[in-house]
Amino acid sequence: MRSEVREVERLEPLVVETSEGSQELAPRRATSPGALAVETGSVLRLDGVTLDSASLDVERPDDETMIVNMGPVHPSTHGVLRLMLELDGEVVLRSKTVIGYLHTGMEKTGENLSYVQGATNVTRMDYLAPILNELNYSLAVEALLGIEIPERATWIRMMMSELNRVSSHLIWMATNGMDIGSTSAMIYGFRERELILAFFEKTAGLRMNLNYVRPGGVAADLPDGWEDDVVAICDNLERRLPEYDELLTGQPIFRQRMEGVAVISAEEAIALGVTGPVLRSTGVAWDLRRTMPYLAYDQVDFDVIVGTYGDNFDRYALRLNEMYESVRIIRQCLERMPSGDYRSQDPKVTPPPRARIGASMEALIHHFKLFTEGFHVPRGEVYSAVESPRGELGCYLVSDDGPRPYRLHVRTPSFANLHALPLMLRGGTVADAVTVISTLDPVMGDVDR
Amino acid sequence: MSSLENLPDGVVEVAGLGAAEAYVTEPSGYVALVSALKDSGYEMCVDLCGVDYLEHPGREVPDALRATRFEVVVTLLSLSRRQRARVRVLAGDDEPRVDSLFSLYPGVEGFERETYDLFGVVFDGHPELTRILLPEEWEGHPLRKDYGLGRVPVQFKETAPQ
Repeated sequence: MRSEVREVERLEPLVVETSEGSQELAPRRATSPGALAVETGSVLRLDGVTLDSASLDVERPDDETMIVNMGPVHPSTHGVLRLMLELDGEVVLRSKTVIGYLHTGMEKTGENLSYVQGATNVTRMDYLAPILNELNYSLAVEALLGIEIPERATWIRMMMSELNRVSSHLIWMATNGMDIGSTSAMIYGFRERELILAFFEKTAGLRMNLNYVRPGGVAADLPDGWEDDVVAICDNLERRLPEYDELLTGQPIFRQRMEGVAVISAEEAIALGVTGPVLRSTGVAWDLRRTMPYLAYDQVDFDVIVGTYGDNFDRYALRLNEMYESVRIIRQCLERMPSGDYRSQDPKVTPPPRARIGASMEALIHHFKLFTEGFHVPRGEVYSAVESPRGELGCYLVSDDGPRPYRLHVRTPSFANLHALPLMLRGGTVADAVTVISTLDPVMGDVDR
Repeated sequence: MSSLENLPDGVVEVAGLGAAEAYVTEPSGYVALVSALKDSGYEMCVDLCGVDYLEHPGREVPDALRATRFEVVVTLLSLSRRQRARVRVLAGDDEPRVDSLFSLYPGVEGFERETYDLFGVVFDGHPELTRILLPEEWEGHPLRKDYGLGRVPVQFKETAPQ
């Protein structure tokens, strides 16, 4: 009896504390036609034509449907994504994402860190693809600085990005397997990723959030014997990837959960600004590595994998095959790795070698200036982008000739892709919602920043 | 190189690093310009963000235009021509306000909510302009330059003044 009273007392403050107000999914009558269109994923109907309220089913009585909250701590939401679903039985009619639970103001933080420190900040955004985040930021800073990067640094960056892409896709495959109940896929994905993370640790000193790619080059040269490690990683992947193919691709239960579920068309994906594997799964061969090459991607040989139907299975098969392509690129980096500097020798950007600080007054001054004030970047603004494992990762950087960015905006692929969720969830079941979130592959650190 | 023959009123073409064409525009010519760019082959709107130029009131803008405190920056992507375009909108000083691109590119809905949340830029015609990253009752817009950095009392529901 007593505990019952306490529960009631607790319930009301709990509702107030967890309420997100107008960010939540409201009943149909309290929702504007435009918002209803967003929540039902009616993307292409918005092309200047007035919304047909009949087709949106505005008049549906509220007692026929049910609004259910999923997350933010649901295990299948890959972090702290909160989904609100309007259900008719088990069919999803409308949905809305409530995000921001991981928002830590990293763009604001970036404005108060020098360009040297900046890479440590951005690397924490998409924590499964730290190298790509650093690379994106460094490319933007270098574009404003107008400095040339040594060839070896470019190839090291490329090899590390591809290793990172493989490790990110492996995690995707692992968690996707876990979401649909294939726990062995999870164990295998993490096992293979471990080798890559161990190599990262050997190279940069850390497994994740490496701060390895920096404006001007990379933090350290590849360690002695790196060729053997990378060959071991590639050999291992080439041996194991066909095993996953065998384990999952042909498995009837897996296929039933994936095939024909959450179809998105190319027109819808383009209208929503969706990029990366989700866009390619609809048949659009858009990969920034090929279409707008950066680093030395125009000098290596690889295929852009595309899907046909834009369903869950295409997105799975695409990522699996992208891992083979990444291994192909890594092997070419291995063969063709140029010798030379691993960072720019411009003393205004790159700290002097430790040995010279004791001998040269000038080196000491440069060292001191770089690690206290940092270097100044000429006035201007730039947008640059790289292909992260999740899509177009862009950086809009404004500099006012100071040692810190005046404005640092990171266009994160997860944030844009997440807005395709209402479209992909509509008409499916709640059980499918789990696989849809999974194949969309959002990283909540990337969404909320 | 501009892909448009006639620019709408209040639009000036400028040079932009990382984009094949770049424009600065008054809010009045904004939607007309983006609409024309969309027709000329920019199928995708990849990014929309705000910038607060509070510390640079006299910054350089083309002669015909007046520099405002807030800017909204839009990045368009053409898949067919493999290039980007940038549109910078001079959004206003005290109460920044521009039209929404929602009817042209439904995908900007989230980016516009984020810009409203962090900068307080109002987008007319947006279906549901609410905060997206911060809680609903948060006060202020944190990415504005006059919003303190650090040492700000953390606003949580249980500690907020009753």
